[in-house]
Amino acid sequence: MIEFHQVSKVFAGKEAIRNLSLKIEKGSFTVLIGTSGSGKSTTLKMINRLVEHDSGEIRFAGEPIERMDARALRRRIGYAIQSIGLFPHWNVAKNIGTVPSLLGWPQAKINQRVDELLALLNLDRHLATRMPHQLSGGQQQRVGVARALAADPELLLMDEPFGALDPVNRLALQHEMLRIQKMSGRTVVLVTHDIDEALTLADQLVLMDGGEIVQQGRPIDLLTQPVNDFAREFFGRSELGVRLLALGRAGNAARRGEWLDVEPIAESLTLREALSQFIARRTDKLPVIDQHQQPLGVLHFSDLLRQREAS
Amino acid sequence: MRLLRDPLYWLLAAFLLLLWGLPHSGPLFAHWFPQLERPLYQQESFWRLALAHLALVVSGSVLALVVGVGCAVFATRHAGRAFRPLLETVAAAGQTFPPVAVLAIAVPVMGFGAAPAVMALFLYGLLPILQGTLAGLDSVPASNREIAVGLGMGPWRRLWQIELALAAPVIMAGVRTSVMINIGTATIASTVGAESLGSPVIIGLSGFNTAYVIQGALLVALLALICDRLLERVQRKLSWYAQ
Repeated sequence: MIEFHQVSKVFAGKEAIRNLSLKIEKGSFTVLIGTSGSGKSTTLKMINRLVEHDSGEIRFAGEPIERMDARALRRRIGYAIQSIGLFPHWNVAKNIGTVPSLLGWPQAKINQRVDELLALLNLDRHLATRMPHQLSGGQQQRVGVARALAADPELLLMDEPFGALDPVNRLALQHEMLRIQKMSGRTVVLVTHDIDEALTLADQLVLMDGGEIVQQGRPIDLLTQPVNDFAREFFGRSELGVRLLALGRAGNAARRGEWLDVEPIAESLTLREALSQFIARRTDKLPVIDQHQQPLGVLHFSDLLRQREAS
Repeated sequence: MRLLRDPLYWLLAAFLLLLWGLPHSGPLFAHWFPQLERPLYQQESFWRLALAHLALVVSGSVLALVVGVGCAVFATRHAGRAFRPLLETVAAAGQTFPPVAVLAIAVPVMGFGAAPAVMALFLYGLLPILQGTLAGLDSVPASNREIAVGLGMGPWRRLWQIELALAAPVIMAGVRTSVMINIGTATIASTVGAESLGSPVIIGLSGFNTAYVIQGALLVALLALICDRLLERVQRKLSWYAQ
């Protein structure tokens, strides 16, 4: 989908991105993570040419982006940012319909798409005619994500999209993002400095520092086989264990064919959340139900130790 | 009831009443100023003066709007950013000239009449509009600019649908100030032969006819109040989305 080949970018004499090579597969959920100033946002913005790269080559669907019309390119790419940037003088429907109307869709098709997106992001239909300032922060970012998805873009770029949200909304939107991405198979590139968010969302994790890629790969690889001290420190020695647990799902670890008649947990729960349940309930066995509320199996406390692989 | 509470309609009614009533108020002013030979201004009708006054103000302000917004847009584009301090200085300098001086300089070039008056009003009205537009464009959130570019809007669409639309209430505040200044300044335009509600005032001042001054000044003051209320309303309409 996207290939960076030895890309560099200089800001005011200082190298912001150095010799960056990166391949983002179609349908992957790639998370760029790093400290501030690591160049992760710059990398993201080079994809939709909000920042033009100085040397090297960036290809989008096989084509070098500098040879494409910047506007046409951007309309093929969804874009959502931390500060959301809903246009305050347009209602929710018009905000969501921004790109479709740029693309000249007929109004009826835009309206239909807006309805679909409101449903997809769990927003009430009557919000369509509200103005942005009448919405809560969480609703605003849902609209921001809906707007980014409006024209069914091949690629979705998200620059710390959930950074300004409260923990409850952040978690809810992360899970919705996962659901939407799994459902549509769309390629997503997301920038964050929140390690837990990155581990929840990524199937490809790219750790950056000083304008360079330190390590890239599956989240579990970065956690278990850090290439250097920076990577090891970044993911935190003290929290490494629980972060590893966060990569596994209760549904995958549960022992099939067993059952217990107590309050069950959902299969989508991470093992980290399951651990919390074990401790809170002072038990060592928890029944797990699947998405249809049917019994799936029982998770034993000792299963947490054996669970190594990400689901 | 809502109409009655609205000062705009009261002011408008008072203005129309005055325009209609002043020509019949000869005996009243004769009573107040018994020493005056002709206590009522009758050279031109007040209607005609009011319309001429408005025409001067509108021409000056429309010119100032077009040039002021144009310059401010240019100064906030990438290509024109370097000119911004220069533009602001020139517009501020235009404001420091006394209006009489502008008129005095304009007359030898443009002759007597409405042209030098419009010129002076334009120069006077420019600064508030330029400043208003610059402030308005500056106040457009950076996130809106970034998203507008990132979603693939072209520069004209961004300018028109996003930046100017969001700056409109602040631009309108500048227009309001500009029009208020110009309604006042247009009164002295009659010194260079342009007809306006200033004509009775200027003639009254030079001929020691206080009645003339009062008649002109009353109408100018009411006109200024009406325009202020009216533009305030437009300004509020433009920021409807935030209410």
